[in-house]
Amino acid sequence: MGKMTLEDVNSMYFDVLKELGNIGAGNAVSAIANMLGMMIDMNVPSIRMMEASKLGTAVGAEDETIVGIFLEVCDDIEGSMMFLLDIPSARYLVNKLMMSDATADKPFDEMELSALKEIGNIIAGSYLSALSSLTNLVIAPSVPYIAVDMAASILSVPAIQFGQFGDNALLIQTEICAEVAINGYFILMPEQDSYEKILTSLGISL
Amino acid sequence: MSQVIKVGMADLNICKAPDVITTLGLGSCIGLVLYDPVTKVGGMVHYMLPDSKQVRNNSNIAKFGDTGIRELLKRVIAAGGNRNRLIAKIAGGARMFEVSGLSDVGNIGARNAAMAKAVLKELGIRLVAEDTGLNYGRTVELHCDTGEFYIKSVGKPVKII
Repeated sequence: MGKMTLEDVNSMYFDVLKELGNIGAGNAVSAIANMLGMMIDMNVPSIRMMEASKLGTAVGAEDETIVGIFLEVCDDIEGSMMFLLDIPSARYLVNKLMMSDATADKPFDEMELSALKEIGNIIAGSYLSALSSLTNLVIAPSVPYIAVDMAASILSVPAIQFGQFGDNALLIQTEICAEVAINGYFILMPEQDSYEKILTSLGISL
Repeated sequence: MSQVIKVGMADLNICKAPDVITTLGLGSCIGLVLYDPVTKVGGMVHYMLPDSKQVRNNSNIAKFGDTGIRELLKRVIAAGGNRNRLIAKIAGGARMFEVSGLSDVGNIGARNAAMAKAVLKELGIRLVAEDTGLNYGRTVELHCDTGEFYIKSVGKPVKII
């Protein structure tokens, strides 16, 4: 077996990874739905191979302000994970959690940023624990980090990480939505070596 | 009528007055401009990583500081910039997430900025202004008619360096 590179990830692996995204995000979405007592839907995840330098446009306009929650993932699977929300959705979640009724144009204060981090933590934690129990791999997330900034600036962080290994980035992306519009994305970005581990642990011979 | 030329990530281009050259949402990347105030010719490179020699797959020269800045210099001179008059300005190199420890995520911005300075020094080009580091993204524009470098960030006034 040769060393697997991102370019070798073919359509069958795509399906497996998509299913992983589905299970992870499904778990995460029910965690938020429980926390907030509301219905949240998600779309079928998409797996995209794109140029790392185009990541800035992955979820919308490059200069749109969004909320990015970022976690590093370590142990058996190395990589990072992001949960991205547009501002009205983030504001909605925070208001719901903190029982306030601030409008979307009000900037987040410290307390609210901390609440968003916690939302990110719960979401990422449930996403990763679903992956972990499916694959029997140990997956440990770091504490969450948050940034409210332009999409391109936030996504430059994973772009650079992928850029160190090649020109492409593989995204497992799931969109969520709710009765009131919550637009968010999960992006899981395992490092190259971790694909092999994920696929092998699921009994797929490479 | 002036045009706006857009430079993507891991990309570079040149620009002449009265046009404007811009890149959106610099995070930990660096946006470096070279500008000749007499012929009003300039250019911008938006690179992601400092050093092409540390990476195996390094075919895109605009992706790296060491190769990208040199290529930009070549292109700006070819477009009518005089090497002795060129000045440089840089922006970006932010630390978007307050990641603890010495992981790559935390310090890549600072390494990118350091590479810009090292390469400019080696090439003998003056760095006249910079706005780097900290923890926020920047959209930058070089106005070739004046040489002004506009820096726009979320929730902050426009800065001109």
